[in-house]
Amino acid sequence: MNALALVSQLGGVVLAVALAPLLAGWVAQCRAWLQNRSAPPLLLPYRTLRKLFRKDAALATQASPLFRTAPYAVFGAMVTAAAIIPSVTTDLPLARVADAIALVGLFATARVFIALAAMDIGTVFGSMGARREMMIGFLAEPALLMVLFNAFLMFGSTALPTIVKGTLDADGLTLHPSLAFAGVAFVMVLLAENARIPIDNPGTHLEVTMIHESMVLEYSARHLALIEWASWLKLFNYACIGFTLFVPWGIAPHTAGPLGLLLAIVWLLAKLAVAGAVLAVIETVSAKLRIFRAPEFLSMAFLLAVLGLLVHLLLQS
Amino acid sequence: MMPPLNLATQLLHVLAAGLLMISFAMLAQRRTRRLIVLLAWQGVVLTASTLLVAVTAHLQHLYYSAALTLIEKVWLMPWILLRLMRRLGIEGDSDPLVNIPTLMLVGLGLVIFAFGLAQPISSLATTVTRQTLGIAMAVILLAFLMMIARHKAVTQVIGFLAMENGLFFAATSTTYGMPMVIELGIALDLLVGVFIFGIFFFQIREQFDSLDLHQLEALKED
Amino acid sequence: MAAVNALATATPLAVLLELVAAWLLVGVLGLARPHRIAWVARLLFPLGALVALAVAGMGALALSADFAMQSAVLPLGLPDLPFHVRLDALSGFFLLLLGSVGAGISIFAAGYFRQGEGTAPGLLCLQYHVFLASMAMVILADDAYLFMVAWETMALSSYFLVTTQHRLPEIRRAGFLYLLMAHVGALALLLCFGVLHGGSWLMTFDSMRAATLSPAWAAAAFLLALFGFGAKAGLVPLHVWLPEAHPAAPSPVSAMMSGLMLKVAVYGMLRISFDLLHAGPWWWGMLTLAVGLVTALFGAVFAAVQTDMKRLLAYSSIENIGLIFAALGLALLCYAFNMRPLAALALTAALLHALNHALFKSLLFLATGSVLHATNERSLGKLGGLIRRMPWVATLALVGTLSLAGLPPLNGFVSEWLLLQAFLSTPSIPHAFINMIVPLGAAVVALTAALAGYVMVKFYGVIFLGQPREPSLMQAHDAGWLERVGLAWLALGCILIGVFPQAALDAIAGVTQTLLGTVIQRGPAPWWIAPVAQAQASYSGLWLLLGMAGVIAVMFVLVRRMYHGRVRRVSPWNCGYPELTPRMQDTAEGFGQPIRHMFGPFFRIEREVPSPDDQLPRYRIQIDDRFWHGLYLPLARIVGWLADALSVLQRGRLAIYLLYSFLTLIVLLVFVL
Repeated sequence: MNALALVSQLGGVVLAVALAPLLAGWVAQCRAWLQNRSAPPLLLPYRTLRKLFRKDAALATQASPLFRTAPYAVFGAMVTAAAIIPSVTTDLPLARVADAIALVGLFATARVFIALAAMDIGTVFGSMGARREMMIGFLAEPALLMVLFNAFLMFGSTALPTIVKGTLDADGLTLHPSLAFAGVAFVMVLLAENARIPIDNPGTHLEVTMIHESMVLEYSARHLALIEWASWLKLFNYACIGFTLFVPWGIAPHTAGPLGLLLAIVWLLAKLAVAGAVLAVIETVSAKLRIFRAPEFLSMAFLLAVLGLLVHLLLQS
Repeated sequence: MMPPLNLATQLLHVLAAGLLMISFAMLAQRRTRRLIVLLAWQGVVLTASTLLVAVTAHLQHLYYSAALTLIEKVWLMPWILLRLMRRLGIEGDSDPLVNIPTLMLVGLGLVIFAFGLAQPISSLATTVTRQTLGIAMAVILLAFLMMIARHKAVTQVIGFLAMENGLFFAATSTTYGMPMVIELGIALDLLVGVFIFGIFFFQIREQFDSLDLHQLEALKED
Repeated sequence: MAAVNALATATPLAVLLELVAAWLLVGVLGLARPHRIAWVARLLFPLGALVALAVAGMGALALSADFAMQSAVLPLGLPDLPFHVRLDALSGFFLLLLGSVGAGISIFAAGYFRQGEGTAPGLLCLQYHVFLASMAMVILADDAYLFMVAWETMALSSYFLVTTQHRLPEIRRAGFLYLLMAHVGALALLLCFGVLHGGSWLMTFDSMRAATLSPAWAAAAFLLALFGFGAKAGLVPLHVWLPEAHPAAPSPVSAMMSGLMLKVAVYGMLRISFDLLHAGPWWWGMLTLAVGLVTALFGAVFAAVQTDMKRLLAYSSIENIGLIFAALGLALLCYAFNMRPLAALALTAALLHALNHALFKSLLFLATGSVLHATNERSLGKLGGLIRRMPWVATLALVGTLSLAGLPPLNGFVSEWLLLQAFLSTPSIPHAFINMIVPLGAAVVALTAALAGYVMVKFYGVIFLGQPREPSLMQAHDAGWLERVGLAWLALGCILIGVFPQAALDAIAGVTQTLLGTVIQRGPAPWWIAPVAQAQASYSGLWLLLGMAGVIAVMFVLVRRMYHGRVRRVSPWNCGYPELTPRMQDTAEGFGQPIRHMFGPFFRIEREVPSPDDQLPRYRIQIDDRFWHGLYLPLARIVGWLADALSVLQRGRLAIYLLYSFLTLIVLLVFVL
């Protein structure tokens, strides 16, 4: 572990935390363009954060300490997750601490905390949102795990940097049919987990249809800011997991110097821009599913990922 | 880690995987119109795979068969089916009998079964593409499953055609295709089959005012 | 001084036997003043806890690398059939589990049991300690005779504990079902030992180890063992007693049954399948794996729709036992293909999960006990908001909840992580069909783990969060200090294993060394595990915890420094709806609704939905186990029918009964001639 590794580790985390609102703003902007609306400013999420942090927190009278701790826990889990995803470089000292399974575990931790906090006040929408979030989560979580296992079967490691290295070091282009299945499954999980359109609508304020929003209804000011930031970070993390598994080109290898890292950041920005635009397109062309269809959608993702495993085992044996 | 395969084999694997994925998409698709589009896509994948085998194995007759596939399965059949649907005025839902996750789960079981079944056979085969036999069998079984799970007449035809796609894929990828005469014969049979089905549809609708195959249960003697 | 010297020179096995005797003594002392709660609870139960700690210590000694197996013959038993005992790494591990978790439960029980709840406290104390001692003896037994005696003692003492409140008919019914299943299982075990001696008619485990069985007999022994121990552990379809008996028992007893007794069944399975039968062909592993996975999924799905907090935990125990048996099956499977390191990994996962489950499930059962005492409610529909009235119990239960949900950096995650790693390595199994089916196992494990998260959010959210659903809950009081210590002890175990996983794996290494002759790779530090190879996967609970805590601390300080920490207390916003009553929250039924909807075919649902113009709308739903109606009730009918058919023999006249005996005698004589 050298100094550069530490710097890139810390820098990567700070970059993720700083860029996450930008990605959210970019997706919102693309969506607005595609839907013929005038777009909100790109930097709106940052302004929202500043506004929220300044406000006084209005806390329900019966809120327990758990309710006040949860935003920090969720944010902490998401930042830790960002630290082990090789978004810029594969030289991550922390990646040895937690692998892909732990990454899924971190997402689960965040989800459980936010669902518990939603149930804490005892309002109608809070508990309904918690139930729905857990319903989505219990299918999305294994689906994501199965997607990651596809990568494991290819490179024999659950450590994300090793997976990236495996693709980057491969001589010649290797096509992995199982990755096609994993890719489709991953996009489906990404949409569901980040409260995107076929499952949830991040822009909605119709109480009965929303999931994520109804969980955080009782939050305000700095708590809400942390939760929102964490959810943007989650989208960012998911995007970076996607890059890690499917388009790792541009991520700096171990040997890269400072210049290589800068180049990798440029690559990351480019990939994020494309991914954000694609996400906006998907959201625009698809319609929101009834909540009862959500399990169907997610079990499809889960089974597709499992199918990927099977196809890999068949074709590579 | 496995030894790297050559590019053509890898491409064929990707196409096989694509075929399988389309089969699953068909299993989960509710709307008949989209089913037909998926069927056409299956034709596209088949054409590509046949072309690929033709190029790598330098087999003249596979070029013809690829062209035939393109015309028949990508253009002609979907066109006829879509036209039929428009004429019959049915462009609505085709609800599966069981819920979709269960259906997919059964499909997954079938895939394992097919893969397991193909394992001993494909180890005997000599061509480079032997692993695809399992996928081809899975595609056939999935199409069968789709036919069982649906109760609209049009979907039955689509399932039937998808099944033939699986057979065709098995033939091209494992034994470099069937003799031209047989292939032409099958193509014609399919065409005639679809025409006859089309006539049947009109008959069924005239009789029962619906294309729901539940109506046929009324024919049973108690 | 002499006593200390004697203790220092005594072998761990001898000390253990004395400790077991001490447990029995503590129990008998309870009879001295059966109704004095101070005597029983404040003195005897803490004493029992101390003994339990000593048992755990001795178990840990047996796990150290330089420990040689010890055995002894006791001057007890039948004239020609003395009791054999033995202490090796496997029994050492389970004694460690029994002692360390038992200590926590005993301390809690010291504060929990009180006057006027069915059985007198002194008698309860006897049953309780006999239960503990018999479990220790099962683990120490080295011959089939002692094993069965201890096994039956365990079943009987736990039966009496389950029926503590024997005045309630449903508790008597649950107890009867439990006893019945325990005996059906014991019968299978008896037959299993009958097969195992291989014709030598020697009942010691040593002779069974040496016996060579034909494959068919070995398979029969294995299947009987799977049935017998499966009935005790609660494998599907032998699980029906578990959700009845666990809720019926007082909470510390539920904790012991779920946390400890089920693990004793796991111990028995390990002892027979690996030690006595030396594992077998691959289908043994496949069968165990399949049964385990089905059990795991079944338990998780049923736990999600329960409305009684203890039944929910009981089903969750079924789920976890399923995971343990799945790991065990995987170990058998890999062992059959002679893949020792992989088998060691799977076995390690099974053992660690057994320990973890003992810790967090006991913790949660005890927490429900505190809730029960504070509120007199077991139904989730009448609880809620207890985090504000019972902060201690709520906080400690949160640790158990998060562990059970398998969240990092707690212990439940570590064992699930190991299990998944084991599953991931299976494509190297040299069998085309199996290596395709096994990844599906990983999928089921992942799904089960995620469902456990769902269940736990429901459990914790409905009991401790939200608004109190009954006005009486406002009078709930927090647990006493003894109860808190018991809970905290178990919670500490959950945290420590989660943060220092390698330390736990080191303890398990002795077991895999004994059973499989190999160990998994050691991690670089006590807080860092890398069971296969550093390049494949590594995990460090401590660093993960530090990372998360660091981020949280930095964020907290930053927010306070750069902005402020001002808070205004207001009434909840609730989208502007003014009326907000506790009845508007999700009920337990409501929270389980998505699962009920999705896994509909699993359940046998009876639903009563009010019509729109009902004057007194009533909604009722009952979710039953299909096995109960599809398997057990028909079986019971067949048994009843057979009994009816046999009752023609019953005439009530002595002469006829004498005639039966006479005829039997004649028939036997004819055979002899």
